[in-house]
Amino acid sequence: MPFEALDFYRIDDDLASEERLVRDTVRAFVEKEFLPCVVEHVRQDGSFPFELVPKIAELGLFGANLQGYGCAGMNSVAYGLIMQELERGDSGLRSFASVQGGLVMFPIHTYGSEEQKERWLPALAQGKAIGCFGLTEPDFGSNPGGMLTRAVRDGDRWILNGTKRWITNGTISDVAVVWAQTENDIQGFLVKKDFDGFEARDMKGKFSLRGSITSELFLQDVAVPESNRLPNVSGLKGPLGCLNQARYGIAWGAVGAALACFDEALRYSKERIIFDRPLAGFQLAQQKLAWMATEITKAQLLVLRLGRLKDQGKLHHSMVSMAKMNNVDIALRIARMARDMLGANGIVDDYCAMRHMVNLETVRTYEGTHDIHTLILGRELTGLAAFEG
Amino acid sequence: MKILVCLKQVPHKDARLEIGSDGTWIKEDGIKFEINDYDNYALEEALRLKDAGEAEVVVATIGPDRVTQSLRTALGMGADRAIHVWDDSLANADSLGIAKVLAAVAKEENFDVVFCGLMSDDSNYAMVGPMLAQLLDIPHVTAVVKTDFENGAVKVEKELEGGTLEVSQVPLPCLLAVQTGINEVRYASLKGIMQAKKKPLDKKALSDIGLDGAAVAPKLSIEKIYTPPKGEGANLLSGSADEIATQMVGKIKELGLL
Repeated sequence: MPFEALDFYRIDDDLASEERLVRDTVRAFVEKEFLPCVVEHVRQDGSFPFELVPKIAELGLFGANLQGYGCAGMNSVAYGLIMQELERGDSGLRSFASVQGGLVMFPIHTYGSEEQKERWLPALAQGKAIGCFGLTEPDFGSNPGGMLTRAVRDGDRWILNGTKRWITNGTISDVAVVWAQTENDIQGFLVKKDFDGFEARDMKGKFSLRGSITSELFLQDVAVPESNRLPNVSGLKGPLGCLNQARYGIAWGAVGAALACFDEALRYSKERIIFDRPLAGFQLAQQKLAWMATEITKAQLLVLRLGRLKDQGKLHHSMVSMAKMNNVDIALRIARMARDMLGANGIVDDYCAMRHMVNLETVRTYEGTHDIHTLILGRELTGLAAFEG
Repeated sequence: MKILVCLKQVPHKDARLEIGSDGTWIKEDGIKFEINDYDNYALEEALRLKDAGEAEVVVATIGPDRVTQSLRTALGMGADRAIHVWDDSLANADSLGIAKVLAAVAKEENFDVVFCGLMSDDSNYAMVGPMLAQLLDIPHVTAVVKTDFENGAVKVEKELEGGTLEVSQVPLPCLLAVQTGINEVRYASLKGIMQAKKKPLDKKALSDIGLDGAAVAPKLSIEKIYTPPKGEGANLLSGSADEIATQMVGKIKELGLL
């Protein structure tokens, strides 16, 4: 039986027809093209089905919510639904699209010069160029303002030095959006892979997001032309603005992972006979399923409202924090619960629950950890920051 | 070249179907619908002609408001415009009624090719295509598995029983009723979906195409639909593999099946 997405509150009725159409198209793509090959990539650590990149690009999924430059110009809800369907496949697939669209194309589109936009956006949208986002460092994750990477002005160029870690797609990127501290403030730079002194290396040994490439970037006296600096932003609000885009997508994506796990647990528990009757007929199983369905429904309502607010220009970043925090948290708990309901079968990759479960441990940590989002909300509610030194 | 593709919206293949309270059709509330699979291949075949050169692809369907979604899908895949015909009197239309409506639509313009799916996934009649061709007085081929357009005609391969193929040369205009699997159906791209919002979608009533309820009144009505009751003729064999094989051969001979 094929995947069935829970829609207990008929939220579908509140979607515009093109939003449903986008969702169904991406769902069919993931079902037909991605799911048959995901396990072989997860079995190899740090491997992604690159042969799908042209197809993903042809569908228009990279930077789908951006206007112009060969992008589809979808609204935020349609963009969110795309992320949901991609993460229903695997968090690694959604990460690929999130990074390319939200963390590379978005800053070029929003902070870049016209020349930078023309040079990069169509190529990134078509999947002919791949990009990565260099903010996090080995010693600075939740506190990016403490970054050690430095950019020093030298005539009409900048000299960059530093290390970036946990960078999705670093080793396969043609361009890296690197954030560095200058004499005055933090600035963004477009670092091409062939610049002297720039090197990317794969990070191996991950238990999580194995169907995704994670890298480290090393910058040693890399000379970057001034024309490669993003001219229209300075300070931490540059990278944080990008993260807000990507977090928005994650809040939707987590719903996709939760839907996949719930569907699998429901199906399995109805078919699995224990003590001569279906597992689904036991009260403890029903309690789990009822909790999962309730949390998914709440999460779905949260992101739909969030998307509508975003399109109306009423979004505050702390609203995104609430959705990212909540939806990833419930998705992870649902994945663990689904794994539990599948018993021993739950630990093999014939089933998706444990793959989603270990992926979601990463998703809980990246793009603002669960705890940091909790404290952003705390600061918003009280006016008192609990995470600044 | 001007191409008409006739689409039908049918219940989604994954929908859980229940029989409606009057017992003559399924409950349609709360289930998802999609383009009939055969029609997807017909549309793809038309879109390939468009990709290959100058062709306008028009899609037409009959149904309540929900069918708009399928027309938008078709426009998102690349069709140029859509025609949506509906009247409450068509709710119980039979194949001839549907064919008459499509014929009236087709007669308003001069189409070089009319594509249909071979049959519909829900009612399986496979009659609309041939009836429509008769009403338009044009030649038709069903179960089409290959098309090759050249010089105002089309060379068509048709599937026969047992894997045999029949090849024919058909002059245009003609109607082709397409078998599934003859091509790889494209996805609607996001840009296509955005462009589809601006493409024309004409809603027409029966009176707009010179028909009325009486002209399309069904000659066939469904008495009931039901799930076949479980049969009682099963004969369970037991024993070792050898014993079962022996019993089975005996049974086959007894029934004169060999």
